[in-house]
Amino acid sequence: MTVAEIGRGLRAGQFTSIEVTKHFLERIDRVNKPLNAFITVTPERAMADAKRADAVIARGEGGPLTGVPLAHKDIFCTEGVLTSCGSRMLSNFIAPYDATVVERLAAAGMVTLGKTNMDEFAMGSSSETSWYGPVRNPWDGTKVPGGSSGGSAAAVAARLAPVATGTDTGGSIRQPGALTGLTGFKPTYGRVSRYGMVAFASSLDQAGVLAQSAEDAALVLGAMAGHDARDSTSVNAPVPDYAAGLGRSMKGLRIGIIREFFGAGLEEGTGRAVRTALDGYRAMGATLVELSLPNLPLSVPTYYVVAPAECSSNLSRFDGVRFGHRCSEPRDLRDLYRRSRGEGFGAEVKRRIMTGTYVLSAGYYDAYYLKAQKVRSLINADFRRAFSEVDVLMGPTTPTPAFAIGAKVDDPITMYLNDIYTIGANLAGLPAVSIPCGLVDGLPVGLQIIGPHFAEEHLLAAAHAWQLQTDWHRKLPPMFA
Amino acid sequence: MSIEWETVIGLEIHAQLATRSKIFSGSSTAYGATPNVQANLVDLGYPGVLPVLNREAVRMAVRFGLATGATIARRSIFARKNYFYPDLPKGYQISQYERPIVEDGTVEIVLDDGAHKTVGITRAHLEEDAGKSLHEGLGKHSGIDLNRAGTPLLEIVSEPDLRSAREAIAYMKKVHTLVRYLEICDGNMQEGSFRCDANVSVRHKGRHEYGTRCEIKNLNSFRFVERAINYEVARQIGLIEGGGSVVLETRLYDPDRNETRPMRSKEEANDYRYFPDPDLLPLALDEEFIEEIRGALPELPDQKAARFVHDHGLSGYDAGVLTANRELADYYEAVAAMLGGEAKLAANWVMGDLSGFLNRDNREIGRSPVDAKRLAGLLARIIDGTISGKIAKEVFEAMWEGQSDADAIIDAKGLRQITDTSTIQRVIAGVMTANPAQLADYRSGKDKLFGFFVGQVMKATGGKANPAQVNELLREMLAG
Repeated sequence: MTVAEIGRGLRAGQFTSIEVTKHFLERIDRVNKPLNAFITVTPERAMADAKRADAVIARGEGGPLTGVPLAHKDIFCTEGVLTSCGSRMLSNFIAPYDATVVERLAAAGMVTLGKTNMDEFAMGSSSETSWYGPVRNPWDGTKVPGGSSGGSAAAVAARLAPVATGTDTGGSIRQPGALTGLTGFKPTYGRVSRYGMVAFASSLDQAGVLAQSAEDAALVLGAMAGHDARDSTSVNAPVPDYAAGLGRSMKGLRIGIIREFFGAGLEEGTGRAVRTALDGYRAMGATLVELSLPNLPLSVPTYYVVAPAECSSNLSRFDGVRFGHRCSEPRDLRDLYRRSRGEGFGAEVKRRIMTGTYVLSAGYYDAYYLKAQKVRSLINADFRRAFSEVDVLMGPTTPTPAFAIGAKVDDPITMYLNDIYTIGANLAGLPAVSIPCGLVDGLPVGLQIIGPHFAEEHLLAAAHAWQLQTDWHRKLPPMFA
Repeated sequence: MSIEWETVIGLEIHAQLATRSKIFSGSSTAYGATPNVQANLVDLGYPGVLPVLNREAVRMAVRFGLATGATIARRSIFARKNYFYPDLPKGYQISQYERPIVEDGTVEIVLDDGAHKTVGITRAHLEEDAGKSLHEGLGKHSGIDLNRAGTPLLEIVSEPDLRSAREAIAYMKKVHTLVRYLEICDGNMQEGSFRCDANVSVRHKGRHEYGTRCEIKNLNSFRFVERAINYEVARQIGLIEGGGSVVLETRLYDPDRNETRPMRSKEEANDYRYFPDPDLLPLALDEEFIEEIRGALPELPDQKAARFVHDHGLSGYDAGVLTANRELADYYEAVAAMLGGEAKLAANWVMGDLSGFLNRDNREIGRSPVDAKRLAGLLARIIDGTISGKIAKEVFEAMWEGQSDADAIIDAKGLRQITDTSTIQRVIAGVMTANPAQLADYRSGKDKLFGFFVGQVMKATGGKANPAQVNELLREMLAG
């Protein structure tokens, strides 16, 4: 059942939030172990939330999300609950406060089931770098679910939760969404507060949702979004009623097809599924325009300068002094820093801290960081130009369907190239969504839709229109059907 | 032949801005609280927290910029200065690097010879302070107090325009005066609210290139700045004259031993890896905001001093002393206003007896037991001849110790000046009778004894006789 369906059933009195919550908790109990989607399950908190929600519903109050369970990516601070960020560094960190996203969804009446597994500090595209072990793809247990929000994706794909939060720095919502057959929505940078989200790359990080449908994404996003005075980069603009805007017609919609996304490297079956979807939009009355974003191929190298630079600084606070992992018996201050960080961080995180430290160093700053910022503005300009001609851009979310666990984890460059289609939207701060558009050898394929800043409504409407015509988003992994 | 040396000094002054809350969080900035009670999750650098800029700190920086005739950046950028230290919770300090909020200002200083000199201010930027490491009373451990972490600072960087320790002090005092006039810093040096680092180098006089400089850290009193610079200059000259050379390094001044010692050399210094802080948007200021602040600027010390010279007839020196402290200037002005035209008398008393007593008791002017109204009441009695200036000092002391005003003390102590001619003549006659030998000597030509007779008369009247009348009558009566 989707979020929308659960919400309707709760309000119609078909079942209670306690019953729904128990259902999901039992399912987690049965199924989570092999998937490894959750790091922490919070049954007591969930049951207390559900009880409260039932009382609200009984009074005839609440909204469409009241009493509906969800899972949070373990990057969001949750008061009194382990917030590990998938890292040994924070494996003892009980957050003393709620992230704005957590606070807002709780205020909307949602029930927190627990915290989902992820690539360590959201650095990865496969959810294999977690201190808590790799997450498995519900569609095929030998495959990765994508990352970094792989735990959230696996949880929703296997229906351990009807919806889950995620964060997207270079594709970390859309790519796992594509690889697990979900609707993965990344809003405009600044649309959702970053307060309480453990920072990876501050100028790129954005919270969003992994949902079963565009309708669900619209409902949950509406409750998450909005200005937050505690985040200076959060934008002070009204939040439209996303659910109300879903009915928009596709007639006359101008869709830009990004030429650069269909070149070498795109797996054949994936390309075919995406082209079929584009034909589907044409059939709904949209016009398709092929266009070029010449600087977009520079996204990956640009990203792998900017993101590590910011991460190297953001992760400096993990020094073993005030919270997090501390080595035993430090000899002196240097030893405390070196061993706490050496033991606390995994290989991929260290790799990025080192890369980031290097590109910011005196003598290299201009050649790397500054140049990357310049390329970033060129990529922005490409998108601006494109959106003066079309309403949305479409293409594949990933070059291939889910790959095998272990296949790329020792080959960072190949792993990084998995985000080649998703990174551009982060560099430009644009909203983007991945929706299921087919299966290749039994594995889901995602269609990506990118819009101009604050075009969430248009993206959701476009995604919803497709989902009214198809049932790819309703397909369950065979093992969890 | 000995070479003439020239000293080149630039100061980096850290002024703690007098905001109620921190620069990026809502924690209090009050001094002296129990360690770590004024550090919230933002100050502690917890995972997920974000900085939010305090607009009041921005206003204060703009006030300083406008008061020094500087350029106010319409767009300035906060940057991260990255380094590891336990009192720096985030592992980086938020500061301004390439685009500071204030650039290209000047202040005017007066040198010992009375000449004026303009000192350039390269820039002034906003940044957060770090916490404090505590090393005492904790055995082999060190403690961290993060109450100060996140306190707003304005770092004011001068051009290398200063040529001696005296000039450096004059400049530092001027900036100190200015920030207190502007009410952007309490100037409390003991609590570290106003401190500086000094960049010092020496070169042969007449050379254009600068010598290699050393940075002397954390000087928190005017006296230490002077002594540290003088020590450092002598050290550098000694090094070069001895055939050595100065190494670019950071040095710490030890006031107990009056010497500077190396802290770390620049080669082994941190690479701070500055980059724009992605958590904070560029700080954009519009004209309206700046003009509103300009409109609310107080009269500045130089303007006030010029007015005291021009309108009150004070000397430039007196005006400079009085305006060095805004409260002192206000006090003086209140006294002068109550006295009508007698500004010089008011100035003399404020700079003389009043300041003397304040210094003796180590009090600020705001905590003077004698307020402006009571002092004016006393000076009015000098002007109308009720008491002499000498008696006034005695009355002032009584006023300082008690609550009474001047008239009550004069009456209670019977200090009213004797101006009645016949009374004074009677006293003189008595003094002449009691000192026949001196009288005879005086009359035989020993003029010097006139002073002796004045003293005797004043002694006999308890100092209350009007001195001018005493002089006049004595001259008549001694002549016979």
